[in-house]
Amino acid sequence: MTANPASRWTLRVLGLGYVLLLLLVPLGFIFYKTFEHGIAPPLDAITSPDGLHALKLTLLTVAIAVPLNTVFGIACAILLVRHSFRGNFLIDAAINLPFAISPIVIGLSLFLLYGTTGWFEPGLAEAGIKVLFSVPGMVLACIFVSLPFVVRETVPVLQEIGTEQEQAASTLGADAWQTFWRVTLPAIRWGVAYGVVLTTARVLGEFGAVSVVSGSISGQTQTLPLFVEKQYENFNLPGAFGASVLLALLALTTLLAMNFLKRKEDA
Amino acid sequence: MEAGTLTRSRAPRAGLRLPGIGAGLGRGMVVLYLSLIVLLPLAALTSQSLSEGLGHFWQQVTQPQALRSLKLTLVASLIVVLINAFFGTILAWLLVRDHFPGKSIVNAVIDLPFALPTIVASLILIELWGDKSPFGVHLAGTPTAVVVALMFVTLPFVVRAVQPLLMEMDREMEEAAASLGAGGFTVFRRIIFPNLLPGLGAGVALAYARALGEYGSVLLFAGGLPNTMVSSVFIRQQIESGNDTGAAAVSVVLLLASLLCLAIVSLIQRWSLRHDRGSSEFIPTLAAEGTGHGGGQ
Repeated sequence: MTANPASRWTLRVLGLGYVLLLLLVPLGFIFYKTFEHGIAPPLDAITSPDGLHALKLTLLTVAIAVPLNTVFGIACAILLVRHSFRGNFLIDAAINLPFAISPIVIGLSLFLLYGTTGWFEPGLAEAGIKVLFSVPGMVLACIFVSLPFVVRETVPVLQEIGTEQEQAASTLGADAWQTFWRVTLPAIRWGVAYGVVLTTARVLGEFGAVSVVSGSISGQTQTLPLFVEKQYENFNLPGAFGASVLLALLALTTLLAMNFLKRKEDA
Repeated sequence: MEAGTLTRSRAPRAGLRLPGIGAGLGRGMVVLYLSLIVLLPLAALTSQSLSEGLGHFWQQVTQPQALRSLKLTLVASLIVVLINAFFGTILAWLLVRDHFPGKSIVNAVIDLPFALPTIVASLILIELWGDKSPFGVHLAGTPTAVVVALMFVTLPFVVRAVQPLLMEMDREMEEAAASLGAGGFTVFRRIIFPNLLPGLGAGVALAYARALGEYGSVLLFAGGLPNTMVSSVFIRQQIESGNDTGAAAVSVVLLLASLLCLAIVSLIQRWSLRHDRGSSEFIPTLAAEGTGHGGGQ
């Protein structure tokens, strides 16, 4: 469209003004607010025992949920793209579910399944396994909410690369594993990496689903996002902002990684 | 074109096999994982919502506060996606067609709501537009706060859905229209907009699904007052007061609404695939209005 200067400037003011007000001002504000009184108050909050524990627990959920969903995501994408099957559309539809469901509804579903009246309660109680209000439940919630990302990012890349190189490899005597490691995985790596970044960001920041199943006990079942809420409720603003700034920095790292990977993928 | 025979000779099973386990077992494991993680919990939710009969389900969903929260959620989400459809299209246009300093930064920062934890967004919003607002704008605890929080979290959807369509769009059509005397706005209305409709539709539906279920960003900023309580906050409150069945019933309603949005997205995608993006034939079916007739004659 050959927009005349006047309408071009109108669109710029509208669009960029919207981004400024809705995204950039809040982003700048969080850094200003956190370091308003120097670096000590937020640092103290994060290095408090509860803060450190929250950080550790957050990293633990990432360390479990992300690898699981990555392996699942790659396997599932290969199945969907390379093995046509009548039931595939059902798998495809089920994978999108976590995108559409409210985190609170996800949390409640797990709460009901593993709760005192849940279907697994008799067996779990006998085995002495505690899912709700402890780490396993929180990890399950994180896996649930972040399940689709790797599949969704890998499927289009897998479709795009086609099967010619894979066929060539197997003609030359490569077995399935060799073909996967030497041909397929290198070709889809940036797509997978993009999915992994999105998965990690989602797990790091998950709040709603985890808050239902965790009970949010300080120093025990609190991840960083839950820590932010608790500190705010306890009127400890430096604590809330300290943890928030850490999460915001991780979010900015995520954006940089997304940007980098998108360029790699296009190249 | 080589297409026909070549693609057909490529048997569907050719190429990479799932290494180690083969397709059958692989499919079994994928389905098992999906069932354990996603489907089983949702089944438990549905079963709980109906555990005291359909009448009780209906009574829980139609009790005044539940209805009020559902109405607020549906209406606020609608307002939000309309606002973001407008600004999202402008932003996509700026990012594809315009040049200005800092464009790549703007492009990267669009995804911020995807990356920033929702509770952090809520904390920032309440400090920025709450009682202690440095700008003197007090929105916290009002229905407007719900709208602002949802605007923040759903901003990227329309931009990211429209952007690729705009990038791939054939500019000859626009040039032809302009050379025939069409002004900027007419070109947009008759050529660009109809071509963007599939992306716009998909982006709006995805944003709507996200807005319906949003919890974290609304929590601190809008809170749980009767006139600002969205359904997710209401569900949380019901869980805390021990009314699992009521919480599950409202959850199922939200779930169905989100599924409807997903179904719309996949329909739009199937349409665009079948009609090859940009062809104008299928647009009138998407938007009953006559804006799409451009290429018809």
